[in-house]
Amino acid sequence: MFQQFLHRAWVRLIEHLDGPLLLVTGAIMVAGLATVYSATYDANNRLLAQAVNMVVGLCAMWSVAQVPPQKLMRFGVPLYVIGVILLLLVFLFGVKVNGARRWLSLGFTRIQPSELLKLAVPLMLAWYFHKHEAVLKARHYIVACVLLLVPFALIAKQPDLGTAILVGAAGFYVIFFAGLPWQVIVGLFAAAAGAAPFVWTVLHDYQRKRILTLIDPTSDPLGSGYHIIQSTIAIGSGGSFGKGWLEGTQTHLEFIPERHTDFIFAVFSEERGLLGNTVLLLLYLLLIGRGLMIAANASTLFARVMAGSITLSLFTYVFVNMGMVSGILPVVGVPLPFMSYGGTALVTLSIGIGILMSIQTHRMLVRQ
Amino acid sequence: MMNFKGNPAHKFAESPLLQLSLPPWRSRLMALLILGSFSLLIGRAFYLQIVNNDFLQEKGESRYRRNIEISASRGRIADRHGDVLAISTPMKSIWAIPSATSLTPDQSRQLAALLETDVKQLTHKLETDKSFVFLRRQIPPLVADQVAALKLPGIGQNKEYRRFYPTGEMTAHVVGFTGVDDKGLEGVELAFHEQLLGQPGGRSVIKDRRGQIVEDVGSIKTPQDGKDIRLALDSKIQYLAYSQLKQAITDNNAKAGGIIVLDARSGEILALANWPTYNPNNREKLSGAQLRNRAVTDTFEPGSTLKPFTIALALDNAKVRFDTIINCAPGRLTIGSATISDAHPHGALTVAEVIQKSSNVGAAKIAAMLPAQKMWEMFDDVGFGQVPRLGFPGEVSGRLRPWKRWRPIEQATMSYGHGISVSLIQLARAYSVFARDGDLVPLSLTRADSSMPQGARVFSAKTAREVRTMLEMAVLPGGTAPKAQIPGYRVAGKTGTAYKLEHGRYASKYVSSFVGFAPASEPRLIVAVMIDEPSAGKHYGGDVAAPVFASVMGSSLRTLGIAPDIPLVVAQSPQSPQSPKTLAAKAKL
Repeated sequence: MFQQFLHRAWVRLIEHLDGPLLLVTGAIMVAGLATVYSATYDANNRLLAQAVNMVVGLCAMWSVAQVPPQKLMRFGVPLYVIGVILLLLVFLFGVKVNGARRWLSLGFTRIQPSELLKLAVPLMLAWYFHKHEAVLKARHYIVACVLLLVPFALIAKQPDLGTAILVGAAGFYVIFFAGLPWQVIVGLFAAAAGAAPFVWTVLHDYQRKRILTLIDPTSDPLGSGYHIIQSTIAIGSGGSFGKGWLEGTQTHLEFIPERHTDFIFAVFSEERGLLGNTVLLLLYLLLIGRGLMIAANASTLFARVMAGSITLSLFTYVFVNMGMVSGILPVVGVPLPFMSYGGTALVTLSIGIGILMSIQTHRMLVRQ
Repeated sequence: MMNFKGNPAHKFAESPLLQLSLPPWRSRLMALLILGSFSLLIGRAFYLQIVNNDFLQEKGESRYRRNIEISASRGRIADRHGDVLAISTPMKSIWAIPSATSLTPDQSRQLAALLETDVKQLTHKLETDKSFVFLRRQIPPLVADQVAALKLPGIGQNKEYRRFYPTGEMTAHVVGFTGVDDKGLEGVELAFHEQLLGQPGGRSVIKDRRGQIVEDVGSIKTPQDGKDIRLALDSKIQYLAYSQLKQAITDNNAKAGGIIVLDARSGEILALANWPTYNPNNREKLSGAQLRNRAVTDTFEPGSTLKPFTIALALDNAKVRFDTIINCAPGRLTIGSATISDAHPHGALTVAEVIQKSSNVGAAKIAAMLPAQKMWEMFDDVGFGQVPRLGFPGEVSGRLRPWKRWRPIEQATMSYGHGISVSLIQLARAYSVFARDGDLVPLSLTRADSSMPQGARVFSAKTAREVRTMLEMAVLPGGTAPKAQIPGYRVAGKTGTAYKLEHGRYASKYVSSFVGFAPASEPRLIVAVMIDEPSAGKHYGGDVAAPVFASVMGSSLRTLGIAPDIPLVVAQSPQSPQSPKTLAAKAKL
């Protein structure tokens, strides 16, 4: 009797979880915890805080996984509307921290609405395309683009280039998976290339500096080039097999800036070497591969584009972060999924994985 | 504008097997994109971690590994009794890395005040392209701690040692001094630099970004402090010599002077002083004249102090006996075109009286009996024309021309100390052949161990004793230097009063000297005094240098507790008729 209850509870617990996703995510989280421990070893250890973040993330992942995609779809519009309204409020009344207006003060706490849009935008767009699935016309893509550009512009204006890129990418992937013709994609890239000089003039000084620094970090070694130089040295010091856990000198002597958050890859790289990097990249590749598989097997347009968008967003996180830390992309504030310290991004990403699980595990039900 | 090839959704719907899957080109593009990006990342990692690994590792190491030198303390210099003449005290030097330094006006003011400079100078020092500057060197550790307490970015300090010379001017020329880098620049500091210098130690440390030392790594080399040097110098005797010399120079309004006290038995230099001198602790306004260790670096024509050597050679070679009569009348002697004259004309003198009365003519006549080569060899044997090799900077050999080119007149003048030049240290040492029984003692700057050095024989013991007796007569009434007498001790010595050579001619400027030893019965100390250009009326060695000798020798003998060798009663009245007569009679024996 009791055993039966346990069995049923167990089934209930795991029925909407996806094994491969959970396994790979868990593996990356373990690596992340170990690295956060190393990175914050010398000063106010963050291990416990990050573990709590992960538990919260896993709970969010499990909860979202229980919700069938059809119900998830319903969140698209309200979340999007609330998100955009909050962004407008930030634009009008936001709190300025370090020269950027990203936060909204609620009196007792401060929230960063742009984080919400990372999920709200793809949900909204996926819902929109799903709704017009049968009769997709050019105007639908245009409307989708507008729906994407409004929050993108508001976030970029804050300015928060990292989040803007992630939100924009998430939306773009939805449009892409919804069948945006390749001519348009090529056209857009051409337009983007053409607009580059114009964009250059719009960019903030610090953003321009970051791009210039990327080309030649030594031009300002103590200023904007500092991050890149230090992280490149840390990665390079790792060699083939790394210096070993807790042995990274650049990390423990505090030469790596932001070492437990955005630059955690430098810490990992120094201590684990090329071998560790390869393993970590393979893990991310597995995660992305599984995500794409789920997208391919999805039973509805909403599910397909949503899964695709989440998966490619994940890829974007990884690529932009690692590219930045290893010095091939400019410095933008993008965390490394499940590795970087910080609760917000972790929960957002966990929800994303939860949506993927939901799409995967509710598929059969829909078919029946 | 947009011409769709068909509704993608429919396309999916048309394919029952691939229903709701992605169009192939899209998935391929995506796969390509993802794999390409990841390859890029792996490629970058490969480039950094394998290709550039060594370079970046080195770069990384240069950010945290520092080798810190631990300075060693320089050895002390002490006198023969262990009294410190030079000692190193720990100090701090304040440095800055200008590029990393940014001071508020307030901080600048505080720092300038601590470093005893003004803000303007401080900012000037920091406005430089150099990556490292010393703001101030060798400040007391307490002040350095105050600087450290300001916690200024880019400003640091390191430990150094500062040399302190407790005896100051008194021993300046012997001890010398070091530069700010602990390098010996003068005197014993230079001569014994290698021994005094310690071996700096080192440790390799890891520093974090804020420059804090996190841990020690690698081998720690402990610094080896330098060895102490125990000089032969006796501070008390040095003080006597220095103060008496200084007094004599003031009294005689002289330009400069030097004094040396030697231990006749061991060859140790018990005192060596010069005037003018300097304070080695404060060398800001140091002139070349002050710096000169004249007793070692300056040569002069010694004059009559060389006569005993000529006489001794003649005695040794049996050319004369101490009572051989030399006709010195009329006080002049013409050799070739030149004429030698005595200051006071004498008649017929015994060889002993030639010394006692210091007759140039007598000396020249005796020299004429000797081959030039013999004379040269004798001069060479007593150390003239040779660098003393004590290790002092700027030691000179003096001038002793090769005998083959001597003209007769030169041999004649050399017999009484002209046409040859020596340094005071050479002269003092040369007199050891008379103070000892005919052998020349090697000199020692450092305290000698118990074994007495073996001298190099120059004259026979008999000759040396005979000359010693003659030198005693020179100090007695009727001699040239009665002022060299010391109550209680028998003194032997010789005056020298030489014209100075200026631009190849003899000017009416003098170098007055006196070299002597005591107690004459068993000589212990040799004192040589040289006064350059006395210009207060007196210029004879017997008047200018002899009193200094007497004062220093007397005090030194008493300081060393050397037993008097004449009864005290006689000592109290040295001019009593008995004493000289007795001695004179003895000399005539």
